[in-house]
Amino acid sequence: MFNYYLQLGLRSLKRNPILTALMVLGIALGIGASMTTLTVFHLMGSDPIPWKSDKLHYVQLDNWSPDEPYRDNGEPPDQVTYRDAVALMAAGKADKQSAMFKISLPVQPANPEVKPFRSLGRAIYTDFFGMFEPPFKYGQAWSKSEDNEHARVVVLNQETNEKLFGGEDSVGKSVRLDGIDYKVVGVLDRWPLRFTYYDLTNGPFRNMENWWIPFTTAIDLKVRASGNNQCWKSPGGDGWEAYLESDCVWIQFWAQLDSPARLAEYKSFLDAYVNEQKKLGRFPRPLNNRLLDVNEWTANQKVVSNDVKVQVGLAFAFLIVCLVNTVGLLLAKFTRKSGEVGLRRALGASRNDVFRQFLIESGVVGATGGLIGLLLTWLGLIGVRALYPDLKSVATLDWSMIGMTVLLAIVAALLAGLYPTWRACRVQPAAQLKI
Amino acid sequence: MEIRPILSALMRSKVSMILIGLQVALTLAIVTNSLFIIGQRLERMDRPSGMNEADTFTISSVGFGEGFDAALTQRADIDLIRQLPGVAAVTPTNTTPLSNGGWASGVQLQRSQKTSTTDTAYYFVDQNGIDAFGLKLIAGRNFEPGEIAFANFNDKLKLTQVIMSQALALKLFPDGDALGKQVYMDDESPPTTIIGIVEKMQQPWVSADSIEQSSLVPFLMPYGNSTRYLVRAEPGRRDGVMKAVSDALVASNSSRIVGSTSSLEDTRKEAYSGDRAMAIILITVITLLLAITALGIVGMASFWVAQRTKQIGTRRALGATRRDILRYFQTENFVITTLGLVVGGILAYALSLWLMQNFQSPRLPWFYVPVGFVVLWMLGQIAVLGPALRASRVPPAVATRSV
Repeated sequence: MFNYYLQLGLRSLKRNPILTALMVLGIALGIGASMTTLTVFHLMGSDPIPWKSDKLHYVQLDNWSPDEPYRDNGEPPDQVTYRDAVALMAAGKADKQSAMFKISLPVQPANPEVKPFRSLGRAIYTDFFGMFEPPFKYGQAWSKSEDNEHARVVVLNQETNEKLFGGEDSVGKSVRLDGIDYKVVGVLDRWPLRFTYYDLTNGPFRNMENWWIPFTTAIDLKVRASGNNQCWKSPGGDGWEAYLESDCVWIQFWAQLDSPARLAEYKSFLDAYVNEQKKLGRFPRPLNNRLLDVNEWTANQKVVSNDVKVQVGLAFAFLIVCLVNTVGLLLAKFTRKSGEVGLRRALGASRNDVFRQFLIESGVVGATGGLIGLLLTWLGLIGVRALYPDLKSVATLDWSMIGMTVLLAIVAALLAGLYPTWRACRVQPAAQLKI
Repeated sequence: MEIRPILSALMRSKVSMILIGLQVALTLAIVTNSLFIIGQRLERMDRPSGMNEADTFTISSVGFGEGFDAALTQRADIDLIRQLPGVAAVTPTNTTPLSNGGWASGVQLQRSQKTSTTDTAYYFVDQNGIDAFGLKLIAGRNFEPGEIAFANFNDKLKLTQVIMSQALALKLFPDGDALGKQVYMDDESPPTTIIGIVEKMQQPWVSADSIEQSSLVPFLMPYGNSTRYLVRAEPGRRDGVMKAVSDALVASNSSRIVGSTSSLEDTRKEAYSGDRAMAIILITVITLLLAITALGIVGMASFWVAQRTKQIGTRRALGATRRDILRYFQTENFVITTLGLVVGGILAYALSLWLMQNFQSPRLPWFYVPVGFVVLWMLGQIAVLGPALRASRVPPAVATRSV
């Protein structure tokens, strides 16, 4: 029976090609617009590390000025000072922890054919690898003792290893960064991060680093962070040491806390630490420490921009208009077929049969619209990538979104077809046959 | 034209009427609010930076290795760039307007103040800063070559002189007598004398609240081994000069990387790429929406015409002119559209309220909705014209046929 109704539906759709095209186009456009924006929204907003996002916590301490808060809404600074970062590292109270900052250094390849180039990296503690779990292709992370020894070691990402060593196992070889030689201890495999959620202060989408060196080594070599730096009062003197001692914030600090109990413990540890510092005359503001997990921090830093939210809202309003349009057109179409319905009913088709027949016709419109909508979504995402070069990593279709597109289209078309179909079924055979 | 028969006909196809009305309503709400957002973005993108953007570009350099001397390189680079043909002016600088990265500081009138009076962006330039940026000095004087100091990045600035934008000067001294006055620009620095005022210069951050409040400070300050230069070419020669400068810098010193050049026009494009993207996306949505709504009206009107062919024939047979039939469908469309627009007007303000509450967007100005009314009335009339004309051509003889 399904096949028969399908044939009837197709034949009926062919009979009014313009009307059919209008309906299909309406659904396709609505689906295309809403799925394009929804894909960006979904990939921007979805959990970057779902298996442990509730365990990774971003540390914020309020060392700001006694006279004005860091933010008008009372939130503490986004980053911490060097003093506090090393104090928290030394205490080591979390299950894993790493202070980190973004750096940019010239890379001088040994191969004379590769010109020196400037490259983004990150100064971290080795726990970074255990916390954010980048996949290693060769070698491994450096050890804790290498952190303590300020070792000149480096982990490369896949692209940099490709560029410098042609993709071979480069563990044990040396890489020169700004005149200093570092020994390669590990090379990452492809690490498809949609955005650098561990450093949102410096922009989530243009911040991918190419190599990692120990935090302690970077400080030794006086490598200035290439990210955001904020001071509520200027350092107490000239030079690097004074800067390290200052109340300037420029370091991100993450702590992995494996259970709610550990989280609570860490919270009270932070409070105790700040209270201790208050005795030294620091932290003039009231106690205001925060420990946000990955998703809370992502929301706090508005990774999903307001523009994207407005676009999703408008796209769905647009989809509603398209659906209303389709309802109207289907209604027109089905009403016109009252005669046919009357005839079928008189010949013994039940209301259910008629209902099924027309619903299948709506479904065909929906499926076709969905497929074209999928194509439009794909085109739309190409457009989004052209308009927002930063969003390359989030403006891509994945299987779940493809499935959702088709599903949304069919559901939308069936919803749109429901009322017109119901109306069509209520045709009184007698009234139609009299004419 | 009698409106009563139209209304009674409409009451008989309430659902269709509601569907068209709903489309018109949603369209009005979305189109007005989108147009308002687009207008805001275009206005934002249109703000002048105060500098010459047509002829200028930046180029950066980063040295490597222990032997690298950033101060020496900076001096040599400036001398090298200045003598290249087509270069009108060059200055070292830490940043430019529209680049979205730079250095900001509080400014206060008294040293004892607990909080800053306002804030400003610093541009670290030499005596050619005003010339290279193409700024207009409206009061006071420029820096003398002897007043340009060298500073290490981690050092405290001993800032004794500043040239500021007029907006900052007026913010600090609303009476307009800022020239020669002293302010405090760094909490422990000596007082800073305002020696000059430029008409306009934006901060590097396009979303800053205090975007017009900039300061030129007379320091050469490489960031580690990184330096950056702003070059103004003679009019019309920018692209050639850009390449020449880059080549010359690459050839002059092998222990550094010459970064890519960026014209200020490209910097502006990049700075506002988000706003431009939003505007383009909204324009696309509006266009499609209007098209869908118009096509919906065409489809529905065609259906009604087809459904009422017999009725039209009867009316024609009873003496109605073609014009009457045409007018009938036009009026019917006008009535439905108007009902939709009334609902849409309310929806438009509701949407505006939602945007205000969730995205700190300003209130939709009142005139957007009336303008939207006119546009959608016209759209409806254009859309219905085809089907209505077809209706008017229905011959009276139709009335005499049986089916």
